[in-house]
Amino acid sequence: MTIQFNDETFRDDYTFRNSDWAIKRFPFPFHEDSYMYSVNMEQHKGGPAGSVYEKRFDVDEHYVSEMRDRAKVLDEDPLRCQSLPHMTLAGWDLLELIMESKSEDYPDLFELHRDGNKWRWINKPLGIDDTFTFLDESTLPYGPMEYITRQAQGDYAVLDQRDDMLWMDAGMITTQADWSLDFDIGMNFFEWHAPVPLAHEKGIFIRALKFLLNVQQGAPARRLNWTMTVNPLLDTSPEHYHKWGIQKTELTAENIGQKQHLRVELQTFFRLPRSNALVFPIRCYLCSFQDLMTMPKWGRRLHRVIRDLPVELATYKGFIDNRPLMIDYLSQFDDGLPTSPGIWPDRETEPPLQK
Amino acid sequence: MSGAEKIAVKVTEITSINDLVTRFRFERVDGGLLPTFSGGAHTVVEMDDDGITRLNPYSLMSDPYDQTSYTISVRRDDEGRGGSLYMHQKVNVGDEMTISYPVNLFSLDLRARKHLFIAGGIGITPFLAQIKQLERFNGHWELHYACRSAALGSYADELTDRHPNEAHVYYDDQSQAIDLANLLDGQPLGTHVYICGPKGMINWVKGTAEDAGWPRDNVHYEEFLAPQPGKPFEVKLAISNKVIQVGENESLLEAIEREGVDAPYLCRGGACGQCETNVIGYDGKFIHRDHWLEDEEHASGQKIMPCVSRFEGKTLVLDR
Repeated sequence: MTIQFNDETFRDDYTFRNSDWAIKRFPFPFHEDSYMYSVNMEQHKGGPAGSVYEKRFDVDEHYVSEMRDRAKVLDEDPLRCQSLPHMTLAGWDLLELIMESKSEDYPDLFELHRDGNKWRWINKPLGIDDTFTFLDESTLPYGPMEYITRQAQGDYAVLDQRDDMLWMDAGMITTQADWSLDFDIGMNFFEWHAPVPLAHEKGIFIRALKFLLNVQQGAPARRLNWTMTVNPLLDTSPEHYHKWGIQKTELTAENIGQKQHLRVELQTFFRLPRSNALVFPIRCYLCSFQDLMTMPKWGRRLHRVIRDLPVELATYKGFIDNRPLMIDYLSQFDDGLPTSPGIWPDRETEPPLQK
Repeated sequence: MSGAEKIAVKVTEITSINDLVTRFRFERVDGGLLPTFSGGAHTVVEMDDDGITRLNPYSLMSDPYDQTSYTISVRRDDEGRGGSLYMHQKVNVGDEMTISYPVNLFSLDLRARKHLFIAGGIGITPFLAQIKQLERFNGHWELHYACRSAALGSYADELTDRHPNEAHVYYDDQSQAIDLANLLDGQPLGTHVYICGPKGMINWVKGTAEDAGWPRDNVHYEEFLAPQPGKPFEVKLAISNKVIQVGENESLLEAIEREGVDAPYLCRGGACGQCETNVIGYDGKFIHRDHWLEDEEHASGQKIMPCVSRFEGKTLVLDR
């Protein structure tokens, strides 16, 4: 299908909207009526047609506006994109992976023409048509990682693998859930996960690291993560907390359905062939509570998950103060009926709200 | 399904390098391009050896950026269980085989200011790919390569011809030896040393570097163990509820797979840790051969690496 790209904003006047198509394919992250951390990894090899799992790098109606927002963030704060000197080869790996994937998965939107190391890249939605020499940085306007991730939705953490450890040695991070590349650059896997509560005690990170070190070429993996964001803000960085943190206090019973967004990250993991590094794309999807409530199953389930979530997690995810307001709102959409297993909305089979 | 993704290939060239070593070239059956890889990667080659499926890892030695073909070099081991003999005696040009996607357990540390390679015998193969990778980016490297004799020095001449300043070859039969203490002492700060060769060589270089105060993270090594033959033994697989026999010329991992039990693996050479298996009970003695588990774990009787380790005794029960 041809995608109609929205003209929208993720700041100031917040004109961001999800179409019915985008709501239906939203990656709702709860496969049951409760939530706890787990190493919920699976192979990233396609998924149901039209779902966010189908392509290696999902492109949706927000693409053009998200890239415009990223450019604004980088204008104000260039340190959102950093690459330590030894990570340039991994940057080329990432450029190659994204160009190959997008041109094969969306041939109507992207084209890649290769003649040896002479490459021509056409990005129709962004109006780009560039010719460059692969592995020659001087032929691109930015470093290879920055060049391609200015054209790809989601954040990208590029992790070096050495001494049985992963290192945050490069990245493009502008749509993050309150963490900072500039702070984490050069840290190892355990260091940058240190602030996460409960998961360390459960041994989650030791198992996750073991899994990630063994992600192999040709066998990418994925998982979903989530948090909450008031207003459809992509850039919820610690550097800008003074701007967006205060917006959490503006929530009322009247505006919560429209202002409160469930923020879901589709996290994927690819081994990069030339550098043996690992790229960790973190793709952010936002959906307002009122849009989520159009799916009866999601309404029932979200209420139960938020109501029963451990205090530590609600605190870490930054919505403990607003939780009573959320529960009041969400409880209107929970009639106590059972829900079907799995994340999909099951619109055709789940009964409408019985109250 | 365990192991890395698979690729269907055709053998397009077999070249005898010397009395012991033969080189094989693989191209995709479908004519397409192979994945690029990073120097130091290996591929696992599947062999159907008279009903026994052998999966042996071999370092990729070709240019990592040449996607038209991969090459590996196989050293014949007349005392081994037969994988290398199969490659030498049964594989012909035109044969179709299955290999795995490249897996790298011995990659370059790209932060290094200089890469110092120390190779023994067939351990030269991963360095051939790493040298090609570094040459492309004008990387700073140096190779010291010990082999038994000029006649058995695989690729020694072409290395010294092409890289007279970087490649240094030492022949045992001419009593030439690497002056290791001096070599390590003369390296600039930021040098990383890589060792691939027999266990004795790895320990020698590791020990000498440690004594000289080298940071542990600057010393890298890879030693693939081939599983060794041994006395047959019996194993009970508790989860699958099966009692299986491990033959003289197969590994415990191969026996588990033969019985249709899907067990995780990657390197099949005792290095990567993927096949680590819990022991539920035993009466007898382990023959641990991996270098994944710590000494205490070997002594504990609670874990075994079935790709290379064996057992002698009455009963062994595994959590598999």
